[in-house]
Order: sequence, then C-alpha cells, then structure tokens
Amino acid sequence: MTAGTLSNRKIASDNAFLKALIRNVVPPIVAVLIFCVIWQLFSTDTFPGPVQVIQDAFSAEDGPPLINPFHVGGAEDYWGTVFNAVVRGTGDTNIGLFWLVMSSLKRVAIGYSFAALIGVALGILVGVNNLLYRALDPIFQFLRVVPPLAWVPISLAALQMNEPAALFVIFITAIWPILINTAVGVKQIPSDYNNVAKVLRLSKQKYFFKVLIPATVPYIFTGLRIGIGLAWLAIIAAEIVMSGVPGIGFFIWDEYQNNYITGIIIALLYIGATGLILDRLVAWIGTKVSPA
Amino acid sequence: MPQAPRQASPVFLDCTADRFVPFRHFWILTIMQVINDTPMSVVSQVAAATVSAQPLLVIENVSKVYPTPTGAYTVLENVNLSVREGEFICVIGHSGCGKTTLLNMVSGFSKPTTGSVRVNGKEVKEPGPDRMVVFQGYALLPWLTAFENIFLAVDAVHPDRPYSEKAAIVKENLALVGLADAADKKPPQLSGGMKQRVAIARALAIRPEVLILDEPFGALDAITKEELQEELLKIWNDHKCTVLMITHDIDEALFLADRLVMMTNGPAANVGEILEIPFPRPRDRARIMEDPEFYHLRNYALDFLYNRFAHDDE
Repeated sequence: MTAGTLSNRKIASDNAFLKALIRNVVPPIVAVLIFCVIWQLFSTDTFPGPVQVIQDAFSAEDGPPLINPFHVGGAEDYWGTVFNAVVRGTGDTNIGLFWLVMSSLKRVAIGYSFAALIGVALGILVGVNNLLYRALDPIFQFLRVVPPLAWVPISLAALQMNEPAALFVIFITAIWPILINTAVGVKQIPSDYNNVAKVLRLSKQKYFFKVLIPATVPYIFTGLRIGIGLAWLAIIAAEIVMSGVPGIGFFIWDEYQNNYITGIIIALLYIGATGLILDRLVAWIGTKVSPA
Repeated sequence: MPQAPRQASPVFLDCTADRFVPFRHFWILTIMQVINDTPMSVVSQVAAATVSAQPLLVIENVSKVYPTPTGAYTVLENVNLSVREGEFICVIGHSGCGKTTLLNMVSGFSKPTTGSVRVNGKEVKEPGPDRMVVFQGYALLPWLTAFENIFLAVDAVHPDRPYSEKAAIVKENLALVGLADAADKKPPQLSGGMKQRVAIARALAIRPEVLILDEPFGALDAITKEELQEELLKIWNDHKCTVLMITHDIDEALFLADRLVMMTNGPAANVGEILEIPFPRPRDRARIMEDPEFYHLRNYALDFLYNRFAHDDE
C-alpha cells in the first residue's frame, strides 16, 4: 500500500464523513431554529421567549448559577458545600446546575441500584417458577402503571423523612420494567436451549450461568434502560414534592415559586441532556455485556 | 469390518425370499403391522431367531394421546420397534405422523400414554445423556464457542475428570467432524452445515448409547447435506453407535440406514412397514446409485408414502 493510495482513501473517507455529517446534523439544527422562532412568537410577559432566556442567563444579577454550572454562591468553603450537596444531599440549594444534577444523580444511583438488583433477582425467580409468575404477574402489571408521583405521599407517610422517601420513589418506579422484562426474558429462553440442558442434565448452577443468564441479558438490559428513564423521571417528581434538598427537581420548583421561568427552562435542558446520557449509557453497557 | 450382526441371517432370507420374488439381488423384509394383525410376538420371535443379543432399544405397544378441547387426539397408536445395538434406523413418514413424538418418547422429553420405551432393559423416564439428541435447529448456545458448546456437554457427563482430559475429548470430536480450526468460533459465525457438525460432535463427544437425530440435514443445501451424510456414516462406521434418525428424504434414508421405518399417517399413526436396506457397508454413494435395487427400494418407499399412505391435504 503506497502513501498515495492511503491519502486518497483518507480524502475519500473524509468526504463521506462530511457528507454524512451534513445529512445528519443540518436537519436537526434547522428544526431547532424553527422551534425557537415559533417559541419566540408565542412568548408573553409571563413566559419568556428564547431571546429573553439568553438575556436573563447572561445578566449579572441572575446569571451565575445558570450560566456557570459549577457555581457555588455565597459559601466560603467551595468543596465543603459541594460535598454536602452531592454526597450528603443537604445544605445550600443555590449552587450551579451541574452540582444540582449530581446531587439528584446520586439519589437516582442509589434507588436505581436497589431496583436493578432486586428487580433482576425477583424477575428470575418469577420467570423460572410458573406458579409465582401466575400469582404475581397481575400485581406487577397493576403496580407498573402507578405513576411515580402517586408513590410520593405514601412513601413520605411511611418513611417520614425526605431523603429515604425520595429513594423509595425512585426504587418503586424503576423496579417494574426491570422485573417484568427479566421475567419475560427467562420465559422466552428458546426451548431448544432448555432441552439441551435437560438432555445433558446440567446442574442448576451450570444452567444458570451458561444458559439462563446469557439468554436473558438482552431482556434485562431492555428493562434496565426503561428503568433508568423512569428513575430520572421519578427523581424530578420526588424532589418537587420534597422541598429543601439540593437537586435539579427542587431547583425547578424553587424557580417556579419565585416566578423565574428562565431558570426552569435552562434546568429543563440539563434534565433532558442527563436523561439522554443515562439512557445511552445503559444501552451501551448492554451492548458490551450482551453475549454473541 | 464387523458387519455380521447387521446382515440378515438365513432365517430372514428364507422367509423374505418366499414372499417377495420380484426383487432379485436382495431380500426385503416387510413387517406388516396393521394393528393387532401381526402381533408383536411374531416379530420378536423372528428377531430373537436372528440376533442373539437383546435389543438395545425396545418400543413396545406405545401410544400417545393428547387431550384437546375437542376430545382426545391419538398421535401414535400401538407402535412397536426393536433396535439392535449398533443399528442405524431411519424413520420416515409424512409431517404430522408423529415421528418427532416417537423420538421425544425415546429421548424422554415426553412419556408414552400407554406402552413402554426401554433402553438396555431400563424404562425411559426422563431425558439423559445416554440418549443424546441432535436437534432440528442445532440448539447450540450462541454465546459459547464451538469448543465451549461441546465442553459443556462433556463436562456435564464427566464432571470429575480433569480439564485436560475433557478438553482432549472436545478437540478429538471437533476434529472428527472436520472443525478443528473452528473451535473458537461462535455459532453465529458458522454456516448451517458447520453448526450441524458442531451439534453432531457435541452429541458424539458424550458417547450416547442411542444417538437421536431429528431431521438433522433438513435445513441444509444439497451438497452440504450429502457431505454430512457421508461424514455421519463414516463416524458411525468407526464408532458403532446406535442411531435413530428422522428424515423426510428417502434417498438419505436408503443411503444411511440398516432399516427404514415407514410410518402410516396420523392420527393414530403406527409403524406401517420396516424396509431392510441390504447395501453392503461401507457404503459408497455412487455405487448405490448405480444399483438397480436402490430404485426398487426407492419406488417401494415412494409407493408407500404417496400411494398407499398418501397425505390427504384438504
């Protein structure tokens, strides 16, 4: 292979890459611009348009927490405030949106981890046991459609404290798709694979690790992906109701109480971006973990 | 080659020669098993006279009835078959005649409603590695390599042997089907023929007493199919396992089998006739295709399937 053909090929691939970029990037940009124009047309005194939002965000008065995601206002101890907000979930709520998102993500991580662990374990149990499946599936289907907000008063009443209640709401919202998908995955194991296991009289342990888990992993990850979306949905709902904690959900509520719509709109961008990243992250892990 | 037990003994020759004059160089044994017409005892007497050893696999008066909303549906009724050790049996019949049901009762996936299936005198109650199955859809685990798929089987049968021994068995059997180089490939990377080879290697690796094949070559192209038939025959010649194989293909059955079991149509199907296939072993496809008897047998089987027990598609 000579240098000439190599660079030719590189130019050709660069061209193809550019073309693909233009084809895929230009339409969404145009769509966003059109959306902003319509939004501007519909803006009122109480509902700011995109121009107003940008102006507010860059104004010296309101700007810092909005434009600087790592802003910590007023406090002298920067990292101490961040630590309190993200790790302990307490303290100053007037900090940059990045730290607020992190604070919310930590709650999601805890609630979601429990949902994933218990959901997968219960899902497998229910999937392999027909009696359990018949007994519990209708209940799961029922609980699955209960909206996250409906769990908030119950969990507050039961747990009495904001933080555990928020975690429980995330857990109870995220667990159903994980559990149900896992159970369906176990039920969907091709009978051929089960027949091989029967003919060979595979031990329970071998069957579990060599047949059941690999066959079910794609289903588990479908559930986990739906679950992470719901968990993120639930944290916003939970924080809106449980006031006073640093978090992106409470931030939105606080901004609304202060009639400060620009903050809500910018927070929305953060929430959407975080949700998208979480979704893609779980999907990516799924493709890495899925066998064959 | 120790062919003797499989060739028809003089007892067979006499009785068949009398009944089937039209065929010249071979003897065909037909056992008409119109239910209750030919009691099993007659067949087993003949068998007893022929082979001294007890048959390895005995299917005795087996019926299979499935309950359906519209009443009981009899798939198989009064099926009798004895298979000697080392025999290659092909089962042929129209779809829906219960071939797979019959095989499932030998492998243990399903139980006969009445009658019994015995291997080595022991009643078949559940699936087990002594009756290893080569499934229609290969049934290889797609997340394991060819090596790992076979190793899983060997490991399940010999849990106490050291790893090196088990790995050696796996490699030996992969080599047997000509796939030594594909050991580390996963099923999605293998062609249909290669997958079926791995499935056969997996079945052979655990040395089953009865090897059960459910239309193993049905999904393969004609050339791959013939190659695999020849390989299977060669392996069987070398290893002397007992084979029970379902097929749709009369040519395949005539090339492979010692006896061809032809099923009548369902419902309530049973063994219509058993055709002895007398071609000497080791068999050579070209020579068999030149043999006029091949066509006699072929026509006979075709007549059975398409005239006497034609499939009535409504």
